Amino acid sequence: MAEGFFISNLRLQKSKQAMSRLKSLLLILAALPYIAHAQSTENPQPQPETKGQLHGNFQVLFQQYSPDSSIGAQVPEPKAAMNAFGNFTYTHGGLSAGVRFESYQNSILGFPSRFKGSGIGSRYVRYAKDNFDITIGNFYEQFGNGMTLRSYWEPNLGIDNALDGVRVIFRPVNGITLKAVYGQQRFDFDSKIINGNGIVRGADGEVTINDLIKSLAEKPLRVSLGGSFVSKYQSGSTVERDSTVFTLPNNVAAYGGRLGVIYKNLQFTGEYVMKCNDPNADNNYIYKNGTGIFMNLAYSMKGFGITGSAKYIDNMAFRSDRNALLFDVPINFLPAITRQHTYNLAATLYPYATVLNGESGVSGEIFYTFKKDSPLGGKYGTYISLNVAAVNSLDTTHMGGRDELIDGYKTNSFFFGETKFVRDVNFEIRKKINKSWNINLVHYYFEFNTLVTPVTQDFKGLVYANIDVVDVQWKFKPKHAIRMELQSLLTQQDKGNWATGLVEYSFSPHWSLAVLDQYNYGNDNADKRVHYLYGNLGYSTGSTRIMVGYGKRRAGIFCIGGVCRAVPASNGIEINLTSSF
Amino acid sequence: MKKILLLGLIATLFLSMNTRQTASIPSIVLKDLDGNSIDTGKLTNDGKPIMICFWATWCSPCKKELNTYAEYYEEWKEETGVKIYAVTIDDQRTVNSVKPYVNSVSWDYDILLDVNKSFSQAMGVNMPPHTFILDGKGEVIWQHVGYNAGDEEEVHEQLLKLKQ
Repeated sequence: MAEGFFISNLRLQKSKQAMSRLKSLLLILAALPYIAHAQSTENPQPQPETKGQLHGNFQVLFQQYSPDSSIGAQVPEPKAAMNAFGNFTYTHGGLSAGVRFESYQNSILGFPSRFKGSGIGSRYVRYAKDNFDITIGNFYEQFGNGMTLRSYWEPNLGIDNALDGVRVIFRPVNGITLKAVYGQQRFDFDSKIINGNGIVRGADGEVTINDLIKSLAEKPLRVSLGGSFVSKYQSGSTVERDSTVFTLPNNVAAYGGRLGVIYKNLQFTGEYVMKCNDPNADNNYIYKNGTGIFMNLAYSMKGFGITGSAKYIDNMAFRSDRNALLFDVPINFLPAITRQHTYNLAATLYPYATVLNGESGVSGEIFYTFKKDSPLGGKYGTYISLNVAAVNSLDTTHMGGRDELIDGYKTNSFFFGETKFVRDVNFEIRKKINKSWNINLVHYYFEFNTLVTPVTQDFKGLVYANIDVVDVQWKFKPKHAIRMELQSLLTQQDKGNWATGLVEYSFSPHWSLAVLDQYNYGNDNADKRVHYLYGNLGYSTGSTRIMVGYGKRRAGIFCIGGVCRAVPASNGIEINLTSSF
Repeated sequence: MKKILLLGLIATLFLSMNTRQTASIPSIVLKDLDGNSIDTGKLTNDGKPIMICFWATWCSPCKKELNTYAEYYEEWKEETGVKIYAVTIDDQRTVNSVKPYVNSVSWDYDILLDVNKSFSQAMGVNMPPHTFILDGKGEVIWQHVGYNAGDEEEVHEQLLKLKQ
């Protein structure tokens, strides 16, 4: 009883503290017009009378959980969960300030369970005028391709590695952009922001030659050069391996250079990055330097596009906490080279994510539209695309003995190593038949190594899968349409064959109603040949959208923009409300 | 007393501000497909309407929306003078496919690359597709989340209202 009272008293105190923090922030936000007004009166140049602006957006995601042993659905103790956030940004001239209120009661399954409580999840003040831009507080930034630094927010995956500190952007002349950042990374949320242990410092410079030299401004050849340097600091530590105590470095640096060239219809981008010795939990505390290379060459013209990429990643996991793993405090971003798929079975059963410790990959993609009124184009034209990607392990040799303890392995070349990580070949045809009918056909072929990318617990090894999709839309009235999807996945590994059917009715611009059934009919275990039946109703008006769903959701991998998170099986009601103003 | 002060300050804040319905566009520097830096705060169309459509190469409804608008774009331009900015939120994984894809489907839009979502977040976009229509003064007069077949009818109606 006394313990219960103590806990509730403690909660009350925490709640009061959160309210106090919220009030302080509201006071700061409310005082901004006065600060901004004071700033504008200090400016000797006459300014047009402007009003401050308040922008923002909200999301509330609610899920109710029912027990369902047939799909292994988890039911947390509260039987329901809710994630919510609201962003408010106030802008007056060059001054802006923002705050994000977050609430996890408790967090939805699949999000980090340590996110809890309600409070301020982000706050900043920014001043941008002419060629100068400074932000204090939380901010998001990317240097080049992000291989040395990328802080970003993906609320639908629970990812937020915002930097908390200072960012300065300076453009001394047209064509030159200089950036500097200094701060800690957001790690957790417990009624307030909890930052990681390390400190991140970085600088980036980019020169666009054609903007810098006026005589080159109109030339068809456009060239940009960039370079970045990022350093992290974390207080010292030691690690014992094989009876040897290793001292871990306090400061670790990553740096790189990049080149962008555009000549008429041809474009090239390339970046090369290095990382100094960075023993960490990802690489099993070895001291080997890291390397990252990303190159892309593309050519396109009206009706046709082709692109090819090559990527090489060797020991490039870079976090502000050497002991962190998975989604926690990443400083850089290493995108996968495979295409991000949109159809459900291809997107969620075997999605590929970069192997941070090392991989070598290539990909290519061709897009073509057969012209209107041609034999294959018909009245409206026909679009086709072919995409191919292959990723393997690195070509390495283990060193053995004490050298292996320190550097782990030796890299022999940039080429493929022996272990196949993924093969992804997909082909798409999209055709508008007439004003009422559209059809989309897609075929995928995957070879997917679940030992390397553990998306399933049921099978370890190479999964060979063929997926076919037929997506047909019938617009039977100007604002009424029915869309049907049939998907088939055939494989002899993992959970066996799947089929998916979807029927969606939409009444533009407000309503949509969909019913989805996924059936794992090829599962070796007869008890797991389950129908995952799910329905949802959506309503949109202006910037507000609400979706209410009910049914079974299978366990799978949910990805956005190349980052994926495992989502457990569930059965119940789901409500998703988003709005902005 | 503190509560009264807080309420007073908040009331003043709301009286002194505009919300998105009449707000201009936040200023973020983005690249276009030719590598030029474009300040979103300076997007103009000589006093004619502007549409801003957020999309991504991995977003199926986004591509359906923009492929549909592409069929009507010439007609809309003639009628209302509208200009469409298609802002992609593709990150480094897929952004290099944007130009080949856009050219292959012959979109005539002005494409902007929002690789770290700075602009989409400043515009309050939760998920694509999210479409805004701005009047000649750069004020948002209509917006819509998601795409259903037939939404182009509503867009056309909104553009015609601006013409009146």
